[in-house]
Order: sequence, then C-alpha cells, then structure tokens
Amino acid sequence: MRRTCYAYPYLVWMAIFIVVPLFLLLFYTFTVTTHEGIRLTLEHIKRIWEPLYLMVLLRSILLALICTVVCLLIGYPVALILSGKEYSQNKVLALLFVIPMWINFLVRTYAWMSLLGRNGLIDMVMEFLHLPSVQLLYTDHAVVLGMVYNFLPFMVLPIYSVLTKMDKSIIEAAQDLGADYITVLKRIIIPLSLPGVISGITMVFMPAVTTFIISRLLGGGQYILIGNLIEQQFIVVGDWHFGSAISFVLTVIILITMGIMRKYDKEYEGGAIW
Amino acid sequence: MVGRIGKRIYLYLILLFLYAPIVMLVVYSFNESRSMGRWNGFTLKWYAELFKDTEVLRALYNTLAIAVLSAIIATVIGTAAAIGIHEMKRVKKAIVMNLTYLPVINPDIVTGVSLMLLFVFTKPFTGMGLGFFTMLLAHITFNIPYVILSVMPKLKQLDRHIYEAALDLGATPFYALRKIIIPQIMPGIVTGLLLTFTLSIDDFVISFFTTGSGVSNIAIYVYSMARRGVNPKINALSTIMFLTVLILLLIVNKRMNKDNSRVKESLR
Repeated sequence: MRRTCYAYPYLVWMAIFIVVPLFLLLFYTFTVTTHEGIRLTLEHIKRIWEPLYLMVLLRSILLALICTVVCLLIGYPVALILSGKEYSQNKVLALLFVIPMWINFLVRTYAWMSLLGRNGLIDMVMEFLHLPSVQLLYTDHAVVLGMVYNFLPFMVLPIYSVLTKMDKSIIEAAQDLGADYITVLKRIIIPLSLPGVISGITMVFMPAVTTFIISRLLGGGQYILIGNLIEQQFIVVGDWHFGSAISFVLTVIILITMGIMRKYDKEYEGGAIW
Repeated sequence: MVGRIGKRIYLYLILLFLYAPIVMLVVYSFNESRSMGRWNGFTLKWYAELFKDTEVLRALYNTLAIAVLSAIIATVIGTAAAIGIHEMKRVKKAIVMNLTYLPVINPDIVTGVSLMLLFVFTKPFTGMGLGFFTMLLAHITFNIPYVILSVMPKLKQLDRHIYEAALDLGATPFYALRKIIIPQIMPGIVTGLLLTFTLSIDDFVISFFTTGSGVSNIAIYVYSMARRGVNPKINALSTIMFLTVLILLLIVNKRMNKDNSRVKESLR
C-alpha cells in the first residue's frame, strides 16, 4: 500500500472547502440571474468603478498605505535598536514586542474604543489639563491609529529577525574602512534588511486593506472601507454577486501586491551584496 | 554614544503605546464604576455578571466545543496528509503544498465569504443551514494547513532506515507507521493540536461569515456588544480572552522553539 493515499482525505477536503468555494466566488462575480436564466456578465465588476465604490476602494488602499508607512517609520528603529549591541542578549524585551501579535485583535481594537471615546481616558486627561475635549473616536485618525496599533508588531518582527541574523563583521569592516554610522546605516544595514522590510510591508498592508473590524469599531457605523463593503453586501444587503465581485477585486489587489513584493525580494537576492 | 538613553526612552515609549490600552482594559474590568474615566473601587461584579449571562455561557460553550472538535479533526486529517504528502513525487508535492498555503495567505474575509457561499449554495442539497456545524467545518478547513506545517518538519527529520528496518523484520506498513513514524513525529502533532486549538479560539472573521443567526462564539459576542459601545462586561470578557490566548501561545511557542530550532537551522 502506498503511503501517499493518506493524503487523499485531505485532498478531498481541500477540494470541497477551498477550491470549490473560490470557484463559487468567481461564479457569483461573473454571472447574473435573470428570468431567462443565468448568464455571464461584467456588470458587477463595472459597478465597482462607480465613483461611490471607487472612493471606498481608494480610501481603503490609502489608509492601508498610510498605516504601512507609519508602521515602517516607527517599527524600523525599534527593530534596529532591539537587534543592536545593547539589547541583542535581551530576549525578554524582544518577546514583549511580539506578545501583542497574539492578543485577539478585537480585544486590541476594543481597548482603544474605551480610551478614545467620550468620557474615555484621553477625554479625562484633557479635562484635567483644562484643555478642550477632542472627539477622536469615529474619525480617520482613530482608524489609522487602530491599524498602526494592531499591525506594528507585524512590521517589527520580520525586520528584527533579519537584522539579528545579519553578519555583524560586515558592519565592523565598513567602520574599519572609515564609514560613519549614517553611511553604515545607508549602505549596509538598510540594504541588507530589505527582505525583512518587504515581508513586514506585506504583513501590515494586507490585513490593513482587508480589515472591517477596526473601521467598524473605531470609525463608527457610517464608516465604510472595502472590508465593510463586503460585509455589508453579504450580511445586510444580500447582494452576493456584487459582494463576490468586490472580494474578487480585493484578492486580485493582494495577489498583485504580493507579486510586486516578491519580485523586489528576488531582485534583491539576485543583486546580493553588489 | 549619546543615543544610548534616547534608544531606551524610544523603546519604552513604544512599549507604553503597545501595552497601555491593554493594561487599562484589564484594570478597568475591576472598576466599580461603568465609566472608564473614574475609579470607584475594586469589584468582581462584572465577572460575576458575565458568568450569569446565558448568552455568554452559550457562546463560551460554542467556542470551546468548536475549538476542541476542529483541533482534533484537523490534526487527524492534517497528520495523515503530511505523511502522504511527504511521500509524494516532486511536482505533485509542490502543487499540493501550494494549495496548502492558499488559505494561509488568502485574506480571512475572502476565505470566510467564499465558505459562506459554499454553505448557502449547497443548503438545498445537504439541508444544512448556517450555524454550529458550518462554523465547525470552516474551522477545520483553516486549521488543517497549520497541522501540516507543524508536522512536515518532523517528517523531514525522520531517519527512514528505521522504518525500512521494521519492514525487513516483518512489520506490516501500517504497524510500522504506528510504531515507528507516529511516535517520532508526535511532538509536531501535539504542537499542531495546540496551535489549531488556539487559532480556533482566536478566530473572528471566518466564524462571523460562516455562522447563522443565534449561534455565536465569544469573539462574535464581543464584536456585537462592542458595536453598541463601551461596556465593563466586555472589559472583563476581553481580559479573560487575553489571558487564555496568552497562556496557550506561550505553551505553543515554548514547544515550537524546543522542537524546531534544530530543524530550522538545518533547512536554512
């Protein structure tokens, strides 16, 4: 008896629960049901290009990009410091930056709701300092803040792990040859850490662009990102064709992003040290 | 360097940013007052109220039942699959492994929505509406790849001569599998079991799309309550969720580090 047959139940399972559902998604994306029956159509895909929906799509991408850039700007120094001489032995400190990744993101987002809301902590501090109260909850700022808070560890971790594995003698060699810290950073550390940066960007951008919880809880009920639009189409409106079409477009966006990221990754590896 | 203190301050500021909200949440779950801004004294009444709420208890039951069942079923199917895939020829193996990675990289919302389509589409044939059972099937589906990914490294480490020796000595293939292979990949199987149990408890998005009215798990309950605003009872529930997943993941992480550090190095 060949042992490969042990994989058959799994293959059947995956065919039913992964492959068939994806084909169903494609089916709903490209068909419409009329009195005469089911026919192929592009109308759902075209509908996304209506200004109303296009704005939602663009805003989701924009907010995800802002979140990614902020995470990179805050996270890179963290990874750099953690992998540096003073802290490289301190595994506990590194672990502290990883633990938030494991906290359920509903809990993490909810925590900010209570901080930002009316009578929340920030409101109280402002009152205590006799400053005018600021309504942060249910604004763009709150959504970006929630995203950065949720996804920052996903940026720090991959960069940190690349930096710790980096050959430190290259840096020493550069310093021996007279390079100052900025030059070492620019010419050695940053180029060598690019694979970590790339996987960090992917790990932050993808969940940020698909989120619907953060925007729902911190942006309020009227706040619509692409994730909320999908949720709405399936749960509230019941237009599965349009919901599938948006999911399809979202998947395509993500595949393209991954493709671009991987290409850069490859180019980097091909170019190696030169 | 001058930056030494600066670096320390920067790290502590970021840690403050990461932990302050969670600490506040935990602290205020013991607050007498309903408001986050005021501290009126220590109380456990929100926890008491939580465990009196039948809706919470039912959600808790669903969460645990689905976590246990999906972890066990996914581990059985996944372990068998890993053993099978390990024996496959190169091209076939690559195709199957890519298929395995698909649900891992696909956004949760797309996985959730497409599974929902499947369940609703097949309802006329199977008579199975969205609810407990569909949520269970969805959890098994997203869990299996993680079992395969935890068991595979163990199989790669395996010395196949021992298995062959057992066959030479007259063991049937199934007996050799049971006595030789399974015991050696056991650490990977247990890691997979714990990991999938944790992932199942932690999941929100896929559960949200694959369950029907009336059946919710803890995450869905928190979401539906949180939409209506801040409530100390959710603080208490969040605190429990935070601690449970934290403890589980510390166990899993410890195991993984112990098991895989050698494999990872040899693969690199």
